[in-house]
Amino acid sequence: MSEIVEYFPAILQGSLLTLKVALLSLVLAVLLGLTGAAARLSTTRWLRFPAVTYTTLIRGMPDLVLMLLVFYGGQLIINDIADRFEIEPFDLDPFVAGVSTIGFIFGAYFTETFRGALMAVPSGQMEAARAYGMNRWQVFQRILFPQMLRHALPGIGNNWQVLLKSTAIVSMIGLTDITLLADQAGRTTHQPFIFYSIVAAIYLIFTAVSGWGIVRLERHYSVGVRRATL
Amino acid sequence: MLDFAIIIDSLPDFARGTLLSLQLMALSLLAGFIAALPLAVARSSSSVLLSRSVGFYTYIFRGTPMLVQLLLIYYGLSQFEWMQRGWEEGNVVLLLFREPFFCAWLAFALNTTAYTTEIFAGVFKNTPLGEIEAGRAAGMTHFTLLRRIVIPAGLRRAIPTYSNEVILMLQGSAIASAVTLVDLTGAARYVYSRHFAPFEAFIFAGIIYMVLTFFLVGIFRFAELRWLAHLRPRS
Repeated sequence: MSEIVEYFPAILQGSLLTLKVALLSLVLAVLLGLTGAAARLSTTRWLRFPAVTYTTLIRGMPDLVLMLLVFYGGQLIINDIADRFEIEPFDLDPFVAGVSTIGFIFGAYFTETFRGALMAVPSGQMEAARAYGMNRWQVFQRILFPQMLRHALPGIGNNWQVLLKSTAIVSMIGLTDITLLADQAGRTTHQPFIFYSIVAAIYLIFTAVSGWGIVRLERHYSVGVRRATL
Repeated sequence: MLDFAIIIDSLPDFARGTLLSLQLMALSLLAGFIAALPLAVARSSSSVLLSRSVGFYTYIFRGTPMLVQLLLIYYGLSQFEWMQRGWEEGNVVLLLFREPFFCAWLAFALNTTAYTTEIFAGVFKNTPLGEIEAGRAAGMTHFTLLRRIVIPAGLRRAIPTYSNEVILMLQGSAIASAVTLVDLTGAARYVYSRHFAPFEAFIFAGIIYMVLTFFLVGIFRFAELRWLAHLRPRS
């Protein structure tokens, strides 16, 4: 029991790191998703093509393989560049590698989510906004985005839950998130079961709280939508 | 650019890894499918106790990362004295928990069972009321109703969602290398460490995963044409 108390602060810090990885990846993924969706819906072929390639390639391979590629491949590129300019090479931070890989992967999923949601907003809404003299940014911010979000929220919620759980693999490139901390604590105390169970419980709390938050958000963005009852 | 000599040199490693990944995936999916059928019937039943207890299981396994579940089974269980004693005494069942392949299979199967149960329960619950009424009117017992109407019709409607689960399982199985298994990702990690060639190792493994994914997508597209033809919009 005393070992658990002893490791508790470390585990707590690890869960904060996991949360940080997840939230930063989410921000990156949403930005990439919005850009990707805009590119996929664009009338220019040269914008559509890279967006389609991006979503197809990413969704075809496991997140772990991509993360190992970014982490080890990125280090090799850094070493090469450092060599060429004759400067001291630096180590690629697993935090940076983890966040950018997870953000990049889920950007592909968010692209699909946002594409569907953007298409669901009636084009008459945008025409009316333009007729009022709003500029493109105003149309996006006042008309398109709030309405799009209602359609996108179920998908966003789903993606977020999957993203949250996939943060566990950053432990495999050496980032001291909760999973790696539990691994270390389990080895030194010879109680791996207890510590992995704690990790599982923390993830359960995270997913339960997110589930609750998503329901609240969906309610907020569905205000004024009447639903038919059968 | 990519050094193809390394890739060609490592083809046997990649082939063995791919085979192991496919074995793991197929065996887990098979177990998951068989276990999910009765669980989904229980989950969609009107008995609150039955539905809630299955719901508790799926909630735990869908709410935690599969990597943590795998580590919990392979490394975690070794903490217990009864497990260690069983190993010393040569208990055949408990000795299985020292095998990384068995542990990976168990973790993946438990995980995919949870997701598949929810998928199947969802479609079973959406069986049109008229079909059930018709079955009852024809004098079917509850079991016959399930066997002849609810399950066969529901499984067809589950194909599109289930295909996602199959692809997620293929990609999710990449974490098997965390318990020393040399699956496709494990093979890529081995090739990387032997040649210090991250691009050759991981890009080639990624391409193999992608080909397998597209192959699975194709199979399911065919399955939909075959078993969901009646739901296609008429042209």
